[in-house]
Amino acid sequence: MSKGLPETRTDAAMSELVPEPRPKPAVPMKPVSINSNLLGYIGIDTIIEQMRKKTMKTGFDFNIMVVGQSGLGKSTLVNTLFKSQVSRKAASWNREEKIPKTVEIKAIGHVIEEGGVKMKLTVIDTPGFGDQINNENCWEPIEKYINEQYEKFLKEEVNIARKKRIPDTRVHCCLYFISPTGHSLRPLDLEFMKHLSKVVNIIPVIAKADTMTLEEKSEFKQRVRKELEVNGIEFYPQKEFDEDLEDKTENDKIRQESMPFAVVGSDKEYQVNGKRVLGRKTPWGIIEVENLNHCEFALLRDFVIRTHLQDLKEVTHNIHYETYRAKRLNDNGGLPPGEGLLGTVLPPVPATPCPSAE
Amino acid sequence: MKGIIVMNEELRNLSLSGHVGFDSLPDQLVNKSTSQGFCFNILCVGETGIGKSTLMDTLFNTKFESDPATHNEPGVRLKARSYELQESNVRLKLTIVDTVGFGDQINKDDSYKPIVEYIDAQFEAYLQEELKIKRSLFNYHDTRIHACLYFIAPTGHSLKSLDLVTMKKLDSKVNIIPIIAKADTIAKNELHKFKSKIMSELVSNGVQIYQFPTDEETVAEINATMSVHLPFAVVGSTEEVKIGNKMAKARQYPWGVVQVENESHCDFVKLREMLIRVNMEDLREQTHARHYELYRRCKLEEMGFKDTDPDSKPFSLQETYEAKRNEFLGELQKKEEEMRQMFVMRVKEKEAELKEAEKELHEKFDLLKRTHQEEKKKVEDKKKELEDEVNNFQKKKAATQLLQSQAQQSGAQQTKKDKDKKNPWLCTE
Repeated sequence: MSKGLPETRTDAAMSELVPEPRPKPAVPMKPVSINSNLLGYIGIDTIIEQMRKKTMKTGFDFNIMVVGQSGLGKSTLVNTLFKSQVSRKAASWNREEKIPKTVEIKAIGHVIEEGGVKMKLTVIDTPGFGDQINNENCWEPIEKYINEQYEKFLKEEVNIARKKRIPDTRVHCCLYFISPTGHSLRPLDLEFMKHLSKVVNIIPVIAKADTMTLEEKSEFKQRVRKELEVNGIEFYPQKEFDEDLEDKTENDKIRQESMPFAVVGSDKEYQVNGKRVLGRKTPWGIIEVENLNHCEFALLRDFVIRTHLQDLKEVTHNIHYETYRAKRLNDNGGLPPGEGLLGTVLPPVPATPCPSAE
Repeated sequence: MKGIIVMNEELRNLSLSGHVGFDSLPDQLVNKSTSQGFCFNILCVGETGIGKSTLMDTLFNTKFESDPATHNEPGVRLKARSYELQESNVRLKLTIVDTVGFGDQINKDDSYKPIVEYIDAQFEAYLQEELKIKRSLFNYHDTRIHACLYFIAPTGHSLKSLDLVTMKKLDSKVNIIPIIAKADTIAKNELHKFKSKIMSELVSNGVQIYQFPTDEETVAEINATMSVHLPFAVVGSTEEVKIGNKMAKARQYPWGVVQVENESHCDFVKLREMLIRVNMEDLREQTHARHYELYRRCKLEEMGFKDTDPDSKPFSLQETYEAKRNEFLGELQKKEEEMRQMFVMRVKEKEAELKEAEKELHEKFDLLKRTHQEEKKKVEDKKKELEDEVNNFQKKKAATQLLQSQAQQSGAQQTKKDKDKKNPWLCTE
């Protein structure tokens, strides 16, 4: 009685609109574990050597920023850390250079080599920080600089034809110098660290620690730790990025006992017990910089350079940079207002602009 | 507050006055990678029965479970399986992808397509992850193919046209390492000629196979010497035969034993050296830095992104991204509208049809009813007629009976009279 035609017409029309789903390619099954049945040596573990050779060939980049009021010994410390005249400022004793009226950012690159490993070290100094009478928002130029490096990297990463190795100018580590007052943190310290701990790895350091006795030192450190905790400041190594139990226990020890490192810097050598050591000569004795009984410089050096350097870079790349990138891609078309073709605010960008039959 | 940024472009070379300690950097890097584990993905392309699974078993010294494929597959499909291997403190996530049914069909025109699609799909998955806003590249399970072992049949003559076509399609997407399979069927003198023929054919057809890197002194020498032996003639075996006083992987024939790990018998050891022990990291790097970048560049250009516009002002990817996105959203909306309109239209049509049908039904019903009425009336009329007739008949009958009875009576009287008349002798006295 009723015509059968309308049904087929519907189907035909529908299939025009819905594209045919693409055949899904073969998907690997869950990995099957085969370990103890290896009947002989394959040579998989040589990949470690292969990887090491490759990285030695390409070399490493490391960018370290030092922040603190002038006179806290930042330049000296950097020189001590890298055992070379990284910062020429400390060498010149005549402080003819005036304290700058605004915060300046000076980045100087060096190439150093040790044991066949080439490193491009960039030290970013921030003269003028905290030196004015009115220091409001003096962290802003620093934050801006850090974000600009992320922006530069993002722009390179987003290119169609990308460089083989994107030059990495992002700040991997920021040493914040705390004045050894013996009391507590200054409001400027708290403000700076609060703002910047979200964008960069901050390692707080107590400068000129030779002005405190051992008890004063440990009390001060405890107070500083407490204050940082109360203010919710997550310094490096951040608790939330501990990868496994091993990391956690190791880092917990550092966080709760050693940090912030109370350091003394020096690039002068003296003779102590027949050995030449880096130190500061005072009427009451020679303070040996690398002696753990005297100060914690060696701990800082080992921590930053010998054990956690790669991790500093990775946290910067995998977490801080990714956070920046996600925020950028979520905002305003990724462009500061007023620039570019699109000045309007757009909703979040999806992963792919192409329609896909999922 | 303005921040003045001063960058010193030229790098100073510094000399260290003591041990700093960053020479442990490579170790730090390697330790991190070791704890995460490594990925390595091999694609085996070759005809059914050419010895792909056996060679994988031999290379990795294990028995990967697999059933041999049949020869009557309708097309080429890719089967991927993942395994976790561990040696000392190195964990390797190995994925072996097999081409099932390659070379079995009568029409092999499209044989290369599923392979190219698979490789592209892995690149695409990585690209999608890279383009995400919230992404996690550092613990992404990399499924991109790092090495493609192309199994050449040991005919002894030259490459098959299927081989040339397939390799040409794959050479810009993956690192191809050609190998001669089942090399124990070729005699030594023939082997040399076969290898040269293959290499010259590859060169004359412009097929780019994987070049073992010679830029680093430590590996340059070994890579250079090995390259001379390409394509590697391999024999695979998981069975062990007693040779001298040791057990070794070998194939036993009535005329002798072919030892897999004997370099004068076959090139298996060379393949293992090159593939695993020397260049595994380079294969991974080439896949990421060259093949993947090429795919990414082509894909993004295809989608309409450019680095610079005609006036050579650099475009931001985000700008084009946004523009594309708006375009897409617009299209989506348009399509949605279309669909909605279509839907509405179709609903109207259906409604109209239904109404039609309903009307028809009503009409039919009416018609039936009318017909029924008419019939009824006819029947009634006929009934009436019949009744009338019956009545008439009854009347007539009655009338006739009356007449008859009258006639009878008069007749009877008459006959009596007649009778009387007739019979004079009746006593009238």
